[in-house]
Amino acid sequence: MSVPHRSAGDLPVTGDTIAIRCLLNGVETELEVDPGERLLDTLRYGLGLTGTKEGCAEGECGACTVLLDGLPVNSCLVLTFQVADRRVETVESLDEALLAPFLAGGATQCGACTPGVVMTATWLLANRDLLSSHRIRELMAGNLCRCTGYDGIVQSIERALGADERGDTE
Amino acid sequence: MAKLTGRELYVDDLPSADHLWGATVRSPSPRGRITAVEFDPSIDWSEFVIVTADDIPGRNAVFLMEYDQPALADGYVRHVHEPVVLLAHPSRDIVRRAAALVTVRVELEAPVLDFCAVPEAGGIQHGTDNVLKHILIEKGDIEAALAAAPIVVEGEYFTGSQEHVYLETQGMRAHVDGDVLVIQGSMQCPYYVVKALVPLLDRDEAGIRVIQTATGGGFGGKEEYPSMIAAHAALLSLKSGRPVKLIYDRWEDLAVTTKRHPSRVRHRTGVDSDGRLLAQDIEIVLDGGAYVTLSPVVLSRAVIHAGGPYACDAVRIDGRAMLTNSAPFGAFRGFGAPQAFFGLERHMDVVAARLAMDPAAFRRVNLIRDGQQTGTSQTISDGADRLEVLDTALAACRWGTRREQIRRHNESHPLAKRGLGLAVFHHGAGFTGNGEVMLQSVVHVAATPRGGVEVRAASVEMGQGTTTIFTQLAAERLGLDPDTVEVAQPDTHRVPDSGPSVASRTAMVVGYLVEQACDDLRRRLGLTDAARGDAVAEAIRTWYAAPGQEELVGEATYLQPSHVEWDEETYRGDAYGAFAWAAYVAEVEVDLKTYSTRVTDFVAVQEIGRVLNQTLATGQIQGGVAQGIGWALLEDFSWRDGAMQNCQLTNYIIPTSDDLPPIRVEFLETPYSHGAQGAKGIGELPMDGPGPAIANAVAHALGVPAVAIPLTPERLMAEHDGLAAREAS
Amino acid sequence: MNVLRPGSVREALGMLADEPTAIPLAGGTDLLVHWPANHAGRDATYLDLGRPGELRAHHWTDKALVLGGTTTYWDVIRDPRSARDLPLLVDAARQVGSVQIQARGTWAGNIANGSPAADGVPVLMAYDAVVVVQSERGVEEILLSEFYLGYKDMRLAGDQLIREIRVPLAARTGQRFEKVGSRRAQAIAKVGLATSHSEDGWRVVAASLAPTVRRCPSVEALFDSDGAAGSVEDVEAALAADVSPIDDIRSTAEYRLRVAARLLFFGNA
Ligand SMILES: Cc1cc2nc3c(=O)[nH]c(=O)nc-3n(C[C@H](O)[C@H](O)[C@H](O)COP(=O)(O)OP(=O)(O)OC[C@H]3O[C@@H](n4cnc5c(N)ncnc54)[C@H](O)[C@@H]3O)c2cc1C
Ligand code: FES
Ligand code: FES
Repeated sequence: MSVPHRSAGDLPVTGDTIAIRCLLNGVETELEVDPGERLLDTLRYGLGLTGTKEGCAEGECGACTVLLDGLPVNSCLVLTFQVADRRVETVESLDEALLAPFLAGGATQCGACTPGVVMTATWLLANRDLLSSHRIRELMAGNLCRCTGYDGIVQSIERALGADERGDTE
Repeated sequence: MAKLTGRELYVDDLPSADHLWGATVRSPSPRGRITAVEFDPSIDWSEFVIVTADDIPGRNAVFLMEYDQPALADGYVRHVHEPVVLLAHPSRDIVRRAAALVTVRVELEAPVLDFCAVPEAGGIQHGTDNVLKHILIEKGDIEAALAAAPIVVEGEYFTGSQEHVYLETQGMRAHVDGDVLVIQGSMQCPYYVVKALVPLLDRDEAGIRVIQTATGGGFGGKEEYPSMIAAHAALLSLKSGRPVKLIYDRWEDLAVTTKRHPSRVRHRTGVDSDGRLLAQDIEIVLDGGAYVTLSPVVLSRAVIHAGGPYACDAVRIDGRAMLTNSAPFGAFRGFGAPQAFFGLERHMDVVAARLAMDPAAFRRVNLIRDGQQTGTSQTISDGADRLEVLDTALAACRWGTRREQIRRHNESHPLAKRGLGLAVFHHGAGFTGNGEVMLQSVVHVAATPRGGVEVRAASVEMGQGTTTIFTQLAAERLGLDPDTVEVAQPDTHRVPDSGPSVASRTAMVVGYLVEQACDDLRRRLGLTDAARGDAVAEAIRTWYAAPGQEELVGEATYLQPSHVEWDEETYRGDAYGAFAWAAYVAEVEVDLKTYSTRVTDFVAVQEIGRVLNQTLATGQIQGGVAQGIGWALLEDFSWRDGAMQNCQLTNYIIPTSDDLPPIRVEFLETPYSHGAQGAKGIGELPMDGPGPAIANAVAHALGVPAVAIPLTPERLMAEHDGLAAREAS
Repeated sequence: MNVLRPGSVREALGMLADEPTAIPLAGGTDLLVHWPANHAGRDATYLDLGRPGELRAHHWTDKALVLGGTTTYWDVIRDPRSARDLPLLVDAARQVGSVQIQARGTWAGNIANGSPAADGVPVLMAYDAVVVVQSERGVEEILLSEFYLGYKDMRLAGDQLIREIRVPLAARTGQRFEKVGSRRAQAIAKVGLATSHSEDGWRVVAASLAPTVRRCPSVEALFDSDGAAGSVEDVEAALAADVSPIDDIRSTAEYRLRVAARLLFFGNA
């Protein structure tokens, strides 16, 4: 067993590193990572983007949700090298104004699920045609929340959809 | 907003350069003597910080109620996963791999795993009978009342354990700053951590500073266990001289932290043919796990609530918490009351059925009216209209009409059965009996130079809205703009001990102290109680205008309301200063192809004194109901040797958004004079009702016993087939 | 860990020929679960399938839907033609995990993972799907219903990739997918069933009832026989001859068999 190659110390230790480029939160970013490093860990420990959380490391809770080429994915199940030449958006990229309905609607309590919830919700709001085939509760089922009972989340999304329809952002 | 944008910092979000990662090596066995701890020779262990029980400077116990639970096992283990050795290393990956390469060998002794069975002689590990705590409540002559009752109905009910599954797993960071050990982490009770570390580390309070970081949910799960993790992080940090992060992953969190006490509740109930309760003979047994921890207090709340919100002259409630070789069970939202209410409220339906009475009508006859007494002989006279609570819930679900519609539906649908179930209950807010007096909670409200105030309390925000509520209470009390009110981060070197953030006490008890500390500040400013707004802000600015002026702090200390009298010996008297009252109705549909149950409607009506913030209060109720629905239907355990086997979110099943119906919440308000703005606590209340309401609904749908939860499809299939077999024979 | 990153299928097959123990990595939703704790998994060598663009796309011919070696569930859900022509694929895909999983998880990964509880496999099998596997040695076509040999054991050698999956279009007079999980979303199947009926007769496929997803010949014969099943007990007896359910952390053998029989009987009654 050897000593790790980085001071952050959270990272896997075997293999050679891989250099990649990706569009991270709108910024062209170059990264050099261990092949076994998860996107979640690169974001959190490598880049200090700690908004993305780990709740389970098994794809169940959605606290680690980011958008990959515009689709919500669990960053605990993506290796960083897999996002080479692709587009990644994390909670840090979101516009505060867009989030106002979530605050008012009781979508967050402890906040641990929240970054993931708002990422999936943002995607849903940007792809409202999904609602012709899917229900909000089905689309949000990959984001576990233990605090709200989901009503606050679902209603906030409904509210945001409605606000959009009326053309206001309140 | 910081939570929505991801800027809020939880413990694992704290900058991580230059620190070590901790890991815990645990017992593989439920009980026995440790014969060896073997370190795999293929590894250079000099790279690691290694801590064992020998490194503990003080007394090897994580103190809360008793000194019985070691921080690190010293030669003997009492449950699987008991911590034995701690490791730290700069690489999280390496320390995880290394932990798997330390082997703890245990000479196995027969574990006690059944909390309902009388332990064999060789199994005794606490006192003479493994009883961690016994409580007896008696009112009237129970045997005589039972003998005289025209109808006596017996029942036996079981509840399973439950994991909190706060979305942020537990974790602590420790570092040494000069002479002070600093602990930062996810927790509900910063001063509990201090109290546990003082004897363990043989340091005084000045040498230990505990700071709560943003806490991603608690529900009771971060009440006692954080002291254990803090102790471990502290020991590693003190030995290495480096900052140490000890963050549990989900597997470890599920496997080792406390859970809800499993229970068995038995009822023998005497009634007359009008449905009047004549006798309630109740026995409660809780699985306490391997150490005392908080089991006595959980049991206390269970027995006090066991008789329910009903008037009955002859009551006996006998409660025991039993030692087993499971990881200790601990605090969880509801704190014993959900177990008691599952037994009681399921049983109330069973009794109603025997009487051929409508379940709601049966409860109506017995609901406590002002002037009547609870099981502990506490006279209720709070002016709250309990009948109105019941009637509001019945109206919201159109009880009578709906039961009739359901009857007709079920006649024509052999494979999809519906049911409507009710639970009526109450929940005492704050610590039991004289508990609040013992706590002697203190709150400070400090004036800030720009003309505002800072509220200083150790009560934590963990999603339930403490910060919002304290801000609102102080702002409204002093007439200040909420933007000028700050709430201090709980930091034991900055805030006074306002007690733990548990027992639904924060808004009611601590909030009330916030108001009084505001009043005290106003007095110190030389203002009358009528002074508000600009007058207060101006007086504050004037105070600080004087050169070298000291910080001005208003203070309030808890005083027991004069109406509360409690006898800890006989368990008689005013168990709580105030109760919240509630009636919940669940409608379910059971698919008889798959035996799975879906909650299709849920109504939650409660009287809570005063609603301080509609969004927060509604969210508390909905979240609690969701947890209750999970407990009732989904959250099942696979145990081996007293340890949880299904330690993943893929097989410990909590509800998703798609599993729950919208939860309809209504509040009734009758202000309580000793609560902040008239509020009573609500944090735990919503956990009490869903279990029995859902079981009653399932029983209504299928006619099955539904005496044990979770009502998993596998269990329902067995009950349903059993019923069919009985009907056939 | 080590990773090989081919830019094309050709290159991928070459690398696999040289290093047949390398593990193909597609969406990672099976391979990367509990990654930090999976010490052995992290010491292995992987072959990343993310770059070869020709693997990802699916297309329709007049006889079949052809799924690529890395086509995801979401790709199929979002193609309006799927729901019309092969609705069970959409039914099953929408019940795989959550949107986050559907966006990454692939049909080929579902097949190659070999879980008896898979959701993609039973619907493909009920549609008589053919697995096209390729290596430098050549191309092989295997009926999915003949692909599995035992628990996690299948006709896929170390140097072979699932190149595509061909799902024939046919006039189907009945088709259903039923999944019983421990909750409505985000659940692994305790019982999974896919049935379809065409002029070739019944296809009855069971998941979570045997070491592999498998067709149930006795039940198919029962359904094909004119009178069909007379009672749920008949179906249960036939099914019992086809499968061998077990007790595990998610459910019991008794529940699985009984509920599968009830779903088959009442679903097709
Ligand atoms: C939270 C969660 C929920 C899930 N829910 C479900 C569910 O409801 N139903 C369900 O069926 N599954 C479920 N899964 C499992 C998983 O998502 C599926 O099996 C998925 O189809 C796997 O695809 P993948 O591309 O992610 O596979 P990977 O993890 O990349 O690979 C899986 C296996 O397939 C092999 N492989 C992949 N592609 C090829 C190829 N082209 N040729 C040869 N071998 C290949 C890999 O080597 C590996 O052995 C869930 C997983 C998670 C984490
Ligand atoms: S941490 Fe990725 S889904 Fe839970
Ligand atoms: S707000 Fe706490 S888990 Fe969702």
